Amino acid sequence: MDAQVAATPGTTPLDHDHDHPGPAVYVKIGIVLFILTALEVAVYEVGYNHAEAGFGAVLHPVVVPVLLLLSACKFALVAMFYMHLKSDSRLFSGVFVFPLIIAAVIICALVALFFYLHSLHY
Amino acid sequence: MADTAHAAHVGTHMEAHSETSTGLDSRKLAIWTFIGSECLFFASLIGTYLVYRGRSLVGPFPHEEWVSPAGVHFEPILEIKLVTVGTALLLFSSLFVVLALNGAQRGRRGQTLTWLGMTILCGMFFIGMQVYEFTHFVHKGLTIKTNLFGASFFTLTGFHGTHVTIGVIWLITVFILALRRKLPPEKALNLEIAALYWHFVDVVWVVIFPVVYLMK
Repeated sequence: MDAQVAATPGTTPLDHDHDHPGPAVYVKIGIVLFILTALEVAVYEVGYNHAEAGFGAVLHPVVVPVLLLLSACKFALVAMFYMHLKSDSRLFSGVFVFPLIIAAVIICALVALFFYLHSLHY
Repeated sequence: MADTAHAAHVGTHMEAHSETSTGLDSRKLAIWTFIGSECLFFASLIGTYLVYRGRSLVGPFPHEEWVSPAGVHFEPILEIKLVTVGTALLLFSSLFVVLALNGAQRGRRGQTLTWLGMTILCGMFFIGMQVYEFTHFVHKGLTIKTNLFGASFFTLTGFHGTHVTIGVIWLITVFILALRRKLPPEKALNLEIAALYWHFVDVVWVVIFPVVYLMK
């Protein structure tokens, strides 16, 4: 029965489930995600609410890029390990990443376009 | 009786060997395609939020105080602490659902039920947090019609909350399947597909949280 199950398309072999990480890796990734979220909030607190002097003053101009970087790290960790893109077929990665790139381009284009239009009127 | 069992066995066997041109399960490819299309949907909402960011003519504002022409004082409206707890729980729910999937793939029903139950609870807490937040905002004078921030904020987070609600309902149906012993290892893909949707809802929030709540 196990051999039959192992040969089932859509279950173990074709979707590379045998390559999926185990619970220990999942927990480690979970801890990293939690730390990154705590870092995000810390960057917000220090960079905005304690920006008068010290590290806050240094951090203040780069709060947005740092937050975006931390967010991208969290996104990549969830997609690679929890959504198994690292171990699954590359076709799944393509089907996900291609629209993701278009989505990023759409956001950048919208912001740039409206920033330009705004600068014309004011 | 024996014939029925034989027919069921042959049916399972036939299903087990149904090939696809990609060599991948069509349902899994379909959910990934759907997730890809959802990326574009949320990109348009996040893009709209960013375009309207800081363009509101009247308050309440997300991070700044505001005094109306009538002299009414409005505090900054966003509450970072509450949303941080909701964000952490949503991240943990992603961990829980992947542990549940691990249990389902190995035929460990207890593990599946426990972690799936935890995931559903985290999802429900997140929805509760959002309902509280929306109600609180309305009481503080911010509705979808108040200003550009209100319109883009409620649309973006409201659509995300709707996705979370659909995800919770989906996970509850899978939980019931597991409870009724209808989620054997060979059907773990049913949970994997629901889990992929749930992770997507999580990664969308991973973007929304800093963009809406943390960036001034």
